[in-house]
Amino acid sequence: MSGPSTYEPKTGIEKWLDSRLPIVRFSQDTMINFPTPKNLNYWYTFGGILSLILVVQIVTGIVLAMHYVAHVDYAFESVQRIRRDVPWGWMIQYIHANGASMFFLAVYLHMFRGLYYGSYKAPREILWILGVVIFLLMMATAFMGYVLPWGQMSYWGAVVITNLFGALPIIGETITTWLWGGFSVDNPTLNRFFSLHYLLPFAIAGVVALHVWALHVPGNNNPTGVSVKSGKDTVPFHPYYTVKDGFALLLFFILFAVFVFYMPDILGHADNYIPADPLVTPSHIVPEWYFLPFYAILRAIPDKLMGVLAMFASIGVLFILPWLDTSRVRSMRYRPVMRWFFLIFVGACLLLGYCGGQNPEGWVLHASRLATVYYFAYFLLILPIVGLIETPKPRPASIADSIHGDRGKPRSDTAATPAPAE
Amino acid sequence: MSEPSRRDFIYIAAGAAAAAGGALTLWPFIDQMNPAADTLALASTEVDLSQVTEGQQITVMWRGKPVFVRHRTPAEIEEARSVDVSGLRDPATDQERLVPLSGGEYQPQFLIMVGICTHLGCVPLGNRSGDYDGWFCPCHGSHYDTAGRIRKGPAPKNLEVPGYEYLSDTVVKIG
Repeated sequence: MSGPSTYEPKTGIEKWLDSRLPIVRFSQDTMINFPTPKNLNYWYTFGGILSLILVVQIVTGIVLAMHYVAHVDYAFESVQRIRRDVPWGWMIQYIHANGASMFFLAVYLHMFRGLYYGSYKAPREILWILGVVIFLLMMATAFMGYVLPWGQMSYWGAVVITNLFGALPIIGETITTWLWGGFSVDNPTLNRFFSLHYLLPFAIAGVVALHVWALHVPGNNNPTGVSVKSGKDTVPFHPYYTVKDGFALLLFFILFAVFVFYMPDILGHADNYIPADPLVTPSHIVPEWYFLPFYAILRAIPDKLMGVLAMFASIGVLFILPWLDTSRVRSMRYRPVMRWFFLIFVGACLLLGYCGGQNPEGWVLHASRLATVYYFAYFLLILPIVGLIETPKPRPASIADSIHGDRGKPRSDTAATPAPAE
Repeated sequence: MSEPSRRDFIYIAAGAAAAAGGALTLWPFIDQMNPAADTLALASTEVDLSQVTEGQQITVMWRGKPVFVRHRTPAEIEEARSVDVSGLRDPATDQERLVPLSGGEYQPQFLIMVGICTHLGCVPLGNRSGDYDGWFCPCHGSHYDTAGRIRKGPAPKNLEVPGYEYLSDTVVKIG
């Protein structure tokens, strides 16, 4: 909720500053006094977690760039040197590599949260679209970062992904040559990927600022999906959500640390410990786990161009999602039919992720085709149609009401009582 | 609507000049990503065919890409010629996949192709692999026959035949 500012400068210096650069007022209004729905559950903590992971990735990345050499003859060696010889290099490199996985884990949970509670619906369409832009930038950044160690998976991943653009009719070859800066993935490609991999995180930070701005205009959505009606529905962001986000952050970073210190390579691929060789293709090229669902969609379709288009469309459809959902009810907590379709959707995404890691043969191919059809049907058919025919459950009159407003009173419908303590 | 004034003209002219200038300035920053002069200068390579014995395939690098040079056996050539071309995904006769000597006659035993799958750019496995005794791409399962034509799998086109010419009976220049 951006409302009138409640900040009152008390000291002389604060008053002096407030009439020149009201930065203290801005911080107070956005991070301290910001009125936040009092019923946010732990699914709402991933935004804060994601901001900190972005900082971690930028800090570790700047350090790695001090030691990394972006040249086909030295890139692989220089990453090995960071791991073996540079003081603390092993730790910083593993934080950065696993940080990418943690980033996607958190962002997927954040996105599913938004899908379930209808956080993409009016008046938060731009907030959602900016989130999809961040997601796209993250994918580009992660892809180019994975190329930099110049192992076999780095190289062949770059070959396969840049060749996707070659599927476009007429201009395809011109585009791939332009992307490569040559006639194959080679030194010019590695150099530009390094340059862009360094740049894009700052672009992400910029879009994150817009994302937070767009969040602070309508304020947070919440598990009931009911808009904030009065001050009784909210608590100040600090200390209530700084502490809740902080606790969730701690738990998440314990998981992060388990990966970094106990199984740093488990999410990677052994073939990336072999230096890149343009003459030998690994027998089984797979992207990192967080791209597997999209890879499965690509391979589910037997035609090259259609496969590529379907893969891009699977993200493109997210941009128009706010206008595909016809229901007036935001939260699926009150949508008895839609919530089942949502659960199947989560299952379809996980199935696509599994299929993306397997050879596309036999039942795996059929499963990935089925899941691909469901993925698109969810957005293009189920959301528009179910929204029109479904009878939603009664919603609470307000957030405060949903928590304690009618406690002890007899109720005409028990269905609207949400789970307590969320 | 009032008559357009001199000020309207200035607005439009200034806006158009800024837009055109912006577009012109952008172009060098886009075009710099295209292959540089030294990359283009490395664009041809020569191969001595006398070193390739019958049934053998060598791989040479050309523009950073593998090029397959295969000395085919008579059986492989016969297999490639016996195919009904009209039923192929990317129709081409065996002879259309070759380049003649300067005199005009063909050396059908030497098949020269870019060793990159036309699907997503992997290097196919050779030595009579796949369902059609030619090449097989392990990435997404494309099968090519003994003339390098796509027969099965997701690849849309035959293995690319690079531009090359015979400098003599045994030496070709690729590129």
